[in-house]
Amino acid sequence: MSLTRREFLHLAAASGLGVTVLGASRPALASPKAGMGVLIDVARCVGCRACEGACKAYHGFPEGESSDLGPRAWTYVKFAALREPKSHLNLGDDGASQRSFKVQCMHCAEPACASACPVAALRKTPAGPVTYDAGRCLGCRYCMVACPFQVPRFEWGKALPEIRKCNMCAERQAAGKVPACVEACPMEALQFGPRDSLLAEAARRIAGDRSRYVPAIYGAEEAGGTSILYVSDVPFEELGFPVVVREPLPAYTWRALGKIPWLVVALGATLTAVEVVVRRRMEMQREDGERS
Amino acid sequence: MTISRVRVRPVRAALWLVALAGGVVAAFRYVFGLGAVTNLSDRFPWGLWIGFDVMSGVALAAGGFTIAATVHVFKLHRYRALLHPAILTGFLGYLLVVGALLIDLGRPWNLWNILRPLFLFNSHSVMFEVAWCVILYTTVLALEFGQVVLKRFRLWTLLRITQLAIPPLVVAGVLLSTLHQSSLGALFLIVPGKLYPLWFTPLLPVLFFISAVAVGLAMVTVEATLSARAFHHELDIPLFTDLGRAAAVVLSLYLGVKVIDLAVRGAWPLAITGSVESVMFLIELAAGVVLPLVLLVTPAARSRRGLAVASWLIVGGVVLNRVNVAVTGMLRGSGATYVPAVGEIVITAGVVSAGVLAYLWIAEHLPVFEHEPARPDHAPAGAVAIPAS
Repeated sequence: MSLTRREFLHLAAASGLGVTVLGASRPALASPKAGMGVLIDVARCVGCRACEGACKAYHGFPEGESSDLGPRAWTYVKFAALREPKSHLNLGDDGASQRSFKVQCMHCAEPACASACPVAALRKTPAGPVTYDAGRCLGCRYCMVACPFQVPRFEWGKALPEIRKCNMCAERQAAGKVPACVEACPMEALQFGPRDSLLAEAARRIAGDRSRYVPAIYGAEEAGGTSILYVSDVPFEELGFPVVVREPLPAYTWRALGKIPWLVVALGATLTAVEVVVRRRMEMQREDGERS
Repeated sequence: MTISRVRVRPVRAALWLVALAGGVVAAFRYVFGLGAVTNLSDRFPWGLWIGFDVMSGVALAAGGFTIAATVHVFKLHRYRALLHPAILTGFLGYLLVVGALLIDLGRPWNLWNILRPLFLFNSHSVMFEVAWCVILYTTVLALEFGQVVLKRFRLWTLLRITQLAIPPLVVAGVLLSTLHQSSLGALFLIVPGKLYPLWFTPLLPVLFFISAVAVGLAMVTVEATLSARAFHHELDIPLFTDLGRAAAVVLSLYLGVKVIDLAVRGAWPLAITGSVESVMFLIELAAGVVLPLVLLVTPAARSRRGLAVASWLIVGGVVLNRVNVAVTGMLRGSGATYVPAVGEIVITAGVVSAGVLAYLWIAEHLPVFEHEPARPDHAPAGAVAIPAS
């Protein structure tokens, strides 16, 4: 797989990180990147799973620790062993052997899932969350195929299944509240806010402690940018974060789909012309044959 | 009108058995969910049904539009005898694809949402475009096949009137086929990080379309050799030799585009690594493209056996290609393991059996194989669809 994956996080090489990330954000993509998001600080996370518990309690999912996303586990805390121990920001040497971090839908600015969905059951809302409407969904599961982060889950054991994934507590946001997970975090490892300010905050944290943080913001440009952002004191590659192309994925299919109108016009005109010309020629030949 | 019965009762009984088994498993799936009969998972949500039933099914049904274009657009009337069998295969093929989709879709009762584009329009979805093209093209095939039904019931006036609509209908069919045959490849353009680079290329739609044309022609030959045996017909070998030559031209184009594409992307080294992907890719290319190409440009293309072998190889090659794109090539990038469950295989076999049974029944009860029907004298000599010779 390494052959297909491009160099991970070019940002790591950049020295003036704050400038790199904020200055390089493409203006063309500015509007879909508006809206709210969550900044997740891997360095601060102590792995208490309070976010996971709060998510399950709020959505009425079964309690317990999950080891993967599921229809009734929209987020979970993942643990990754480190190659070399590194003192933890909050736990010191006790937490040096591993890092923990929250996993959930990344809420892409231009989501592959929403672009893939034939009936727009998945949509990027202006407020930030990518939401799902089961009333529209066909269950074709193209969203699951398309998602570069492998987030959407399907209810395989149900006769009337749905696609299930984190919705960034869109209904809580609409009521002026923060997502349940953010509210529950005791370590301020989760921060909710407008994506622009979160990017600035992320850059500020990295710039403020260059010896600790890796100079990269996961989600700043992954899949064209996501509403969920991560900063970390361990390289994201070592933590097993998926390597994702920087171009928004809908652009890949649109390059083909966008040519369809031209193809229809050109091919339709050509075929019709050929049909008419060949028919006329045959009719003329027949007339000639009858005359002679 | 001679309707010959197929004297293959044991075969037919076996087909019924398999189709019924498929029906039982399908019922099971609707009661207990997809997980009960498949090995699909959250990391691998598409499997055998999408790779074989849907993607290969649509490709193998391409004979309908290629022969329709040959006869009605380019007016090569010597291929006219192939038209109705090809349209029947295409029509049944699409019905089977839709049937398989209804089993694969998690929420099939919402399928009608596709028909409400004003409310649910998502022009950025390849799936939306594929769904619409498949629905419209299945309708086109039904109308084209309606000619055979009209002929069966000797509705000559209606036949004469509807024949005027055939050329524009065929043009629409070619357009729709071009769009969704290629778009089935475009579906996978959104997974640059998941599909193995031996198959992932921006040219996927182009390659899917070219290979669909080739396999459409091959399927017509496969089907003709099979039904010639089943219904004791004579096979017009020179006709199929020429059809094979046409398939060879299309296959050469496919091979050329593929070779250059892999070279430009620097992906050729991946073909010789000995990985599962490389082996599957080489089988697909060698046995499914190069070998039939060799057969079709040598004297083998003048024998019934040579034509049949070459055509079967093309069919196998395209099926393998679609399965490789949808399954083999997606495994590593998804970090998943997947082998079709028995339930998936039974349903796929059931769908194929149902298709063969339907084909046999229709071939026996409708004038599919009639080269030229006995027409009453007032049949219009200048009607578009009637050959000049």
